[in-house]
Amino acid sequence: MSADLKLTDISRASREPLTHVVNEELMPLPAPFDSPGKDKSWKPLAPRTIEACECSLDNTCAVSIPRPKSLEEEQVLVRQFAAGLDKLFSKENNWTFLQPLILTMEHCTRCQTCADSCHIFEASGRNEVYRPTFRSEVLRRLYFKHVKGGGLLSALQHGDIELNWPLVARLIELSYRCNLCRRCAQTCPVGADNGLVAHELRKLFSMEMGIAPKEIHDNGSMLQLKTGSSTGMTPAAVKDNMEFIDEDTSEKTGIKIETPWDVEGADVLLLHNAGEILAWPENPGAFALILTAAGIKWTLSSEMAGYDAINYGLWYDDAQFARVALKHAEIARKLKVKKIVIGECGHAHKALSVIADRILTGDMNVRRESSMALLRDIVMSGRLELDPSRNDFPVTLHDPCNMVRLMGVVEPQREILRKICPQFREMTPHGVDNYCCGGGSGFAIMSGTNFPDWRFHVAGRKKLQQILNAFSGCLEPETPKYVCAPCSNCKGQIRDLLAYYDLWNKHKILYGGLAELIVNAMTAAKPGFIEWEWH
Amino acid sequence: MTALLYGWIYACLLVSLTACVVRALRYARYPLHLRWELYPVPHEEARRAAYGGSRYEDTDWWTRSARPNLLGELKAMGCEILFLKGVWEFNRSLWFRSYPFHLGLYLLIFTGVTASVAAVAPALTPWLHPLYKAAGLAGAVLVLAGAAGLLWRRLRDPKLRNYTTPGDVFNLCCFIGTVSGLLFAYGSQSPAAPSVRAILRGLLAFDTSLELPAALAGALAVAAALILYIPMTHMAHFIGKYFTYHAVRWDDKPNRNERSLEAKVAECLAYKPTWSARHVGADGKATWAEVATTNPNTGTNK
Repeated sequence: MSADLKLTDISRASREPLTHVVNEELMPLPAPFDSPGKDKSWKPLAPRTIEACECSLDNTCAVSIPRPKSLEEEQVLVRQFAAGLDKLFSKENNWTFLQPLILTMEHCTRCQTCADSCHIFEASGRNEVYRPTFRSEVLRRLYFKHVKGGGLLSALQHGDIELNWPLVARLIELSYRCNLCRRCAQTCPVGADNGLVAHELRKLFSMEMGIAPKEIHDNGSMLQLKTGSSTGMTPAAVKDNMEFIDEDTSEKTGIKIETPWDVEGADVLLLHNAGEILAWPENPGAFALILTAAGIKWTLSSEMAGYDAINYGLWYDDAQFARVALKHAEIARKLKVKKIVIGECGHAHKALSVIADRILTGDMNVRRESSMALLRDIVMSGRLELDPSRNDFPVTLHDPCNMVRLMGVVEPQREILRKICPQFREMTPHGVDNYCCGGGSGFAIMSGTNFPDWRFHVAGRKKLQQILNAFSGCLEPETPKYVCAPCSNCKGQIRDLLAYYDLWNKHKILYGGLAELIVNAMTAAKPGFIEWEWH
Repeated sequence: MTALLYGWIYACLLVSLTACVVRALRYARYPLHLRWELYPVPHEEARRAAYGGSRYEDTDWWTRSARPNLLGELKAMGCEILFLKGVWEFNRSLWFRSYPFHLGLYLLIFTGVTASVAAVAPALTPWLHPLYKAAGLAGAVLVLAGAAGLLWRRLRDPKLRNYTTPGDVFNLCCFIGTVSGLLFAYGSQSPAAPSVRAILRGLLAFDTSLELPAALAGALAVAAALILYIPMTHMAHFIGKYFTYHAVRWDDKPNRNERSLEAKVAECLAYKPTWSARHVGADGKATWAEVATTNPNTGTNK
């Protein structure tokens, strides 16, 4: 079905989806899922959803855009899109990414080199809709036709496309079928960037049309700017939760821990993804233990947003992104800390260290560094006595794209694992050539309608294959195995992926962070910090 | 007739060069953008560049030298420009078509340069003549073979069909037609006809007494038109590529509070966006900085 698809079909007026993904067409998986029949089945979209929402891309709804009630309403939305398109290519509205975007628009040679690098395209069985250049080429044609005002000659040179509501509706969904991992951009011979195209389309939809998935806008960045955290935790709640974590960690390890709050002039302001505090409390507990044991003068902040490193704006909206980044910097500036250390959260790493670098000027430019580097220095310095035999089980490492390919933090986490995990083994490929977990760019927290099925079957398929291959010699349930994912979003996706395929119950594959492995190896702590229980 | 041809060639070269400069200036003048680098970055410290590491692997990285590894960057650029390393690595089947094409173009440029040198310095001709003759012939054959291979791939490979425009086919046909024309014109002319060096000398001196065979004059006119046409299309990716690599992919320069960088940021923060979504709060009067410091929940800067 997808092989016959033409680019211009995106404007097709029919409500019939452009494609429908089925297990038989997907990339094969290794054992124990080595035939389509052994794979999980998909939840069909509810008739009510089909009736109410625009699902004509691939029978999957990530954004769940309500269907316009009339032709007039459709036309209004198309006009909004056209206005947003102009703004996307103006410096007043989009100075932030204008140069890279225009270079990508004007220099793609359409050679398709990028396609082979895309985990989504490959996992989908090379479904044309998910080819990285499919959405880029649609935007490119719109750019030359509507922004540059091209006529017949331009159409012959760049191709033509009809701008209508079906195109806009499908493009909204299609902008959420890319993890923004930018593996495609890494392979592009001319340096064009299809990941950037998806990012910019999302911005257009959010910043002009007010359209974004609820999980990352209403319940994400808006909630963070309202209550202090996308988890909804207020400053009082976060302190309560951390107190509980301190008690629990102290009890488990036998080492008394007390998280310091709002210490002015501290050497380190530690910024966790607040999801860790609620979903994986052992991670902030492990950090507290390690930093305290290493004698570092550190603090957490109880200022609004100062205890949640997340910055979902990075994925879809420059205004929201800048607001959160400025809040983080302002809190550190007020506390007069020497530096911000970003916990195990990939997108927070990139957002605050790299992307925000050119909006944090003057005294807002508080120095920021990765917790991977700090943990490596602590482990290698010998300040903690570590016993690798406590981690004598198979461990593999997932490389969060934001931290690795997009920021170059590759080795510190490996140095630690090589030192404290005797059975550490790499995934293939790894480092800057890694594959996204499939939860990147917000997917890990998006669970509307039937999107999770797509997220696990397609976006996460390559990672599942890598995990199974990394543990191929020891898949038996008698051997507990650990996927180390030093990123909250990746951890959430890997948790859901393992649960979806029941890999904990059947093969004892657990997941967790890096700090937990360090504490698990600390001789000063009681053994068994990592509890081999599903969580 | 010869004067007309010379005039046309000069006009084409001038317009082409101007178009290249205009395009490069347009890209260079876009405002500062947020960092969007991609690792490996070859001007990182050599040991790190090898696996794609960055300064962020160090604690207190800002206390260390920010001097880029120029040699690493030059090496990466050299491999990319001379051998199309990226295509070799990630799309081998394309490389076998694309590389001959590009190498052929390099050889043709080399031919033009060396023959021009021979035209203005006749004493060097005995050494240069065999060189540019061989380079010219090899270049033409490689461009022809490469362009034909690329065209064949465009027309036959189903995965490219969706993304091939009439312009792509036309562009490749232009190269095939132009180079075939030049080869035919040279191959079919009499031994008494002017040599490449003589033509270039005539062109440089605007010597209109030179008589060119019609086929050759026509082929040269078409070649000049192709040179004029290239910067009007995405075939000018040699310009774009400089920026995609140096200004985006490898632009990892951290903000160390330099005055020049902060001035550029300040300029951008003073832009007045007009995005319409309510939560953005851009009314065309508020600056980007004001928008970024406004809480969308309360409408205040808290």
